[in-house]
Amino acid sequence: MRKLLAAAIGAVSLMTASPAFSQTPPNVAVVGQIAEPKSLDPATVTAVNDFRILVNIYDGLTRYKDGTLEVEPSLAESWTISDDGTVYTFKLRSGVKFQDGTDFNAEAVKFNFDRMLKDDHPFHDTGPFPLSFFFSAVKDVKAVDATTVEFTLNAPYAPFLSNLAYPTGLIVSPAAVEKSGKDFGRNPVGTGAFKFEEWEANAKVVVSRYDGYWDGAAPLEAVVYRPITDANTRIAEMLAGGLDIMVEVPPDSLQQFRDGGEFQALEQAGPHVWFLILNAKEGPFSDKLVRQAANYAIDKKALVDNVLQGTADIAAGPTPPAFAWAYDESLEPYPYDPEKAKELLKQAGYDGKELTFYVTEGGSGMLDPIAMGTAIQADLQAVGMKVKIETYEWNTFLGKVNPGLEGKADMAEMAWMTNDPDTLPYLALRSEAFPDKGGFNSGYYSNPEVDELLNKAREVTDQGERAKLYKQMQKIVQEDAPWVFVANWKQNAVTKASVENFKLQPSFFLMLQKVAKPQ
Amino acid sequence: MGLYIAKRLLAAIPVLFGLTIIVFVIMAMIPGDPATAILGSYATPENVERLNRELGLDKPMVQQYFIWLGNLFQGDLGRSFILNRPVLDEVMERFNATLILAGTALIICSILGLLAGVVSAVRQFGIADKLITFVVLIGISIPSFWLGLLLILVFSVQLKMFPVSGMYAIYGGGGPLDLLHHLFLPALTLAAVATGVIARLTRTAMLEVLRQDYIRTARAKGVPERTVIYKHAFKAALVSIIPVIGIQAGFVLGGAVYIETVFQWPGIGSMLVKAISTRDLLLVQGGVLVVAAAYVLFNLAADVVQTLVDPRLR
Repeated sequence: MRKLLAAAIGAVSLMTASPAFSQTPPNVAVVGQIAEPKSLDPATVTAVNDFRILVNIYDGLTRYKDGTLEVEPSLAESWTISDDGTVYTFKLRSGVKFQDGTDFNAEAVKFNFDRMLKDDHPFHDTGPFPLSFFFSAVKDVKAVDATTVEFTLNAPYAPFLSNLAYPTGLIVSPAAVEKSGKDFGRNPVGTGAFKFEEWEANAKVVVSRYDGYWDGAAPLEAVVYRPITDANTRIAEMLAGGLDIMVEVPPDSLQQFRDGGEFQALEQAGPHVWFLILNAKEGPFSDKLVRQAANYAIDKKALVDNVLQGTADIAAGPTPPAFAWAYDESLEPYPYDPEKAKELLKQAGYDGKELTFYVTEGGSGMLDPIAMGTAIQADLQAVGMKVKIETYEWNTFLGKVNPGLEGKADMAEMAWMTNDPDTLPYLALRSEAFPDKGGFNSGYYSNPEVDELLNKAREVTDQGERAKLYKQMQKIVQEDAPWVFVANWKQNAVTKASVENFKLQPSFFLMLQKVAKPQ
Repeated sequence: MGLYIAKRLLAAIPVLFGLTIIVFVIMAMIPGDPATAILGSYATPENVERLNRELGLDKPMVQQYFIWLGNLFQGDLGRSFILNRPVLDEVMERFNATLILAGTALIICSILGLLAGVVSAVRQFGIADKLITFVVLIGISIPSFWLGLLLILVFSVQLKMFPVSGMYAIYGGGGPLDLLHHLFLPALTLAAVATGVIARLTRTAMLEVLRQDYIRTARAKGVPERTVIYKHAFKAALVSIIPVIGIQAGFVLGGAVYIETVFQWPGIGSMLVKAISTRDLLLVQGGVLVVAAAYVLFNLAADVVQTLVDPRLR
């Protein structure tokens, strides 16, 4: 027995004596991700978790300017837009090579978009491409010469340039797609600052510095992405020193990283909005006064400060402030005013009818939906609105909400993260976007003036002009209150103090091109 | 014996077959589909329909099942919608990891449980018995995911003795020593409840046997106490304990779901949870099939061992 014990102790001490396992080597950044990536083929994925890797392996024709959601040149040096807004001609950067040594040129660009959009393309079967509708306006792509490529759209579509900056528009190496076929997503090749090395399923994705990067080689030698699905485990791994960068820290835990000198905590508001869809077609919320009353009745500050512990800001309207150029700064959130809410309800003749409220258990961008849902229920109850909550798992929830709330519910939680101020209102606030027409206007809000503004904003290509239209739209929508505008989420991350030049972007992408970690 | 095993294996086939139908029906009944999971907030009815068509999910469920069954007989479990890789590759890789974890946990709980049970029976109402009973009760009562987090906090974050998560080190990892190092905490956590159950049962079984006449006879004959306990009593008690260990093997496999999540162990439990939430039908089907087959095999093994130990059953 004693011998057995001695042997056991010996074995344990031998195991723990192996070299400093939780330290990460210099010039290598280990990133704690929230899940295993689905694929590293940018045209086939939809999750921010995957984008965080992709934006470091690939470039698009355009990209977001550091710290903003404004578009700047990337693989395209410059571009011109025809007067009617339907022909975009891009001048490509010359001398750029993919990480497999093949040339980046106009033919490569054409290959990328044809693969995604044309059913008869020989490599269309490397899909499906769930977000290809981002480019559904593209009618034809023509390689004019090696460094000139021409996109013809079937109608003017101003968000086109910012969609090109979205990961769905990242440019892959045609030679690599031809070589790997359906397995390209596990053997990715792009033009970006890091080239793919290894993907060990459920353990790590490793990328290393691409010395031939056109925008200057990255300071880091390598980046290791580790999927750690459980938030508590992610935190423990960070505390133990096994991670250099960690994203999506739960609100409860952010504080402990803020205090010490060992870590730095970062926050950045993003293009996210958390709201309640109100059923404007039937029931009490078909009356604008009742919808406004709900906006007054809900204590958004309490939600943001207490439930979300300061990880979000109060939303004022349908457009997140992260779209600085298109956001109406003069917009003030509905104040918390239960008295005013009661008054409006009385004025509307609200009869105390019970409201059905769809709440989800979790889901992308939904933050803390159950806690928020119950807090909202209590606030509405306090002004005399009786609310019955129905809770659904995320996929089931989407299956109930997206086809429209008619005949089922009066209100539903929802959150969106987008890349252009056009996306959300165009898909979810127009009369033409009712669910039966393929849109997301599940609350059936309809205002011809808003429809016209949104349609026009797609047609004008001048940013200043577009901004004006969006600002007008925000004013009207806030007044009409088709939603309860609740919160804009701030993305957070924690890094070791030794990580330099790390910034969070409003796009929520994790750009590591300039990051250094000398020790 | 060989015939018995062959018979049992044959009997398992309709069970597994029925199981695949049940999984298929349940997956068809729960709302939502892979297309919705992939598209997230972009899941318009139109987009969902297009993607379902591209994924080959627009066919009737019955037809889909028979296509799957036909492929199964050719050793093809299909391709995961969400991971975009062959189900068989993913399932075998993951199952291997689970087998290592659950197998180690099963060995730990068998050794510790039997040892604790025997000691506590022999020293009934003594200090050792009380101490063991106390610890065992705690082991049974603590939720295992919480115990796992606690162990991580103490041994990984504070003492830095063991890694927090994963199966191998990220740098210079690999090899059995590295694996053991990563295995220690999760296996211990997973074994906790089963150890308690086995210990309690062993104690009862041993006490029962120790009261038998032949034990008194053995002692009266002057057989050394050690031989009485381990040779006469323990061997007899083992007969009623082995089936329980077989059942515990099933619980350990099931419990691995939580532990794999807490320790980020790349096993089949965490894979199934993800696959169900994304409605990845073929992955769920493949995973359940393998787990169920393992369960059948474990139980068969327990029965075989029991037959070997207890001549009356032959």
